[in-house]
Amino acid sequence: MTPQEIRQSVLEALSDVAPEADPATIRTDLSLRDQLDIDSMDSLNFLIAVHEQLQVDIPEADWARLQTIDELVEYLGPRTGG
Amino acid sequence: MADFVMPSLGADMSAGTLAAWLKQPGDAVKRGDIVAVVHTDKADVEVEVFTSGVIERMLVEPGTEVPVGTPLAVILEEGAAAPAAPVAPTPAAAPPAAAPPVAAPFVPGPGVPAEHRLLISPSARQLAHELGLEVDALTGSGPGGRIQRRDVEAAAAEREAAPQEAAAPAPPAPPAAAPPAAAPAAPLTPAAERSAAMRRAIAASMSRSKREIPHFYLAQTIDLSRALAWLGQENLRRPVTERLLHGALLIKAVALALREVPELNATWEGDEVVRRDDVNVGVAIALRGGGLVAPALHHTDELTLEELMHSFRDLVSRARAGSLRSSEMSEPTITVTSLGERGVESVFGVIFPPQVAIVGFGTLVERPWITEGQILPCPVVNASLSADHRVTDGHRASAFLAAVDRLLQEPEEL
Repeated sequence: MTPQEIRQSVLEALSDVAPEADPATIRTDLSLRDQLDIDSMDSLNFLIAVHEQLQVDIPEADWARLQTIDELVEYLGPRTGG
Repeated sequence: MADFVMPSLGADMSAGTLAAWLKQPGDAVKRGDIVAVVHTDKADVEVEVFTSGVIERMLVEPGTEVPVGTPLAVILEEGAAAPAAPVAPTPAAAPPAAAPPVAAPFVPGPGVPAEHRLLISPSARQLAHELGLEVDALTGSGPGGRIQRRDVEAAAAEREAAPQEAAAPAPPAPPAAAPPAAAPAAPLTPAAERSAAMRRAIAASMSRSKREIPHFYLAQTIDLSRALAWLGQENLRRPVTERLLHGALLIKAVALALREVPELNATWEGDEVVRRDDVNVGVAIALRGGGLVAPALHHTDELTLEELMHSFRDLVSRARAGSLRSSEMSEPTITVTSLGERGVESVFGVIFPPQVAIVGFGTLVERPWITEGQILPCPVVNASLSADHRVTDGHRASAFLAAVDRLLQEPEEL
């Protein structure tokens, strides 16, 4: 997948968790947690939605350090054939 | 015959508005089926029946506000003799002798309007209302054609894209040529109205709590190193869809501790405490638009951690989507709240009447901890208890917190 496709999938997964978030205003280089009102349950649901979108199972230890969309896209690239 | 009544969905709820019927006369229902949506100040709530049978007739029309306890429909119970004219609406049928005040019977004519059968999530209904969309005109993309938020949003986007002249009569706009002499307060948007109503409901409940309940507070710092180590190992072997949050362990520990100190699993009714057999832990859930609800996880003590986590996820999702059920709103016997997500170390909650206690958890922090003479870094959490001094005292309350602590030291047993 291309980075653009991954980014789109990540944003779709995010919309399941924070439907009120406007993708156009989300900064991809800033922490999602700081930008959106995301708690641990949202975070888990986001992780599951990413898994369902991209079939990538992100270990908990990795998930904890992936804070921004840019970091996620970079992490997911090699794991989605990108 | 059994009456299906407007339920009490909170200590300070005196009335509710029937938002929609999800069944119609002649439909068979079984205990636990959702038959109606009720609008309260806090949320739209899906209301279950507690009787199995056949709905004989509806008594209240959608959009009507009625007091708690008002019969909304009549159900012919399973095994009861059928009425002479089966399932046909019979306005002349005698109401139950002790019926509370009831609105004029609502008798859907032959061919119930589509809305009464409409499958639509409460949050979608709410959004449609806010956007001025007729729910009858919407097409659902969910299971069984259920209308979801995304369908409402799509319909709104379609309307936006439509030519201006095709738009429905515009919502009232201030006349351009006649500004009022004295500017009236700007009307609240539906979302702001809902938010204001929720704040009023919370204010009423919390004010009553502080006015009537003599709170006392205890706190204990709990070593979570064993629980987190166990959880880390557990999650390593679980697929992502079945991972556990540490919050599930905390909730389960509270549920099991209530078995040991059952006086905290109770409600205060009239002038006396009523102990509850079922442990239904309420979990405080912050809503994304602001506000708070605390629905119950039924039979929390009997759930495995997998079941608890599944129910917890489902409950949070439905709370935020506005799809809570009446039993979840009316049956918590204690509440667990956590404000640790943003770094709060201690929470001293206000008890939700008619419950008699609330447990608060703070954030997970690493602290120097002395174990067997050694100072080691240790993940800890502050657990607090706000309890009703009419019902219990510090000795028993401290036994409860000690039980929570002990249970969390054996996470594999939870």
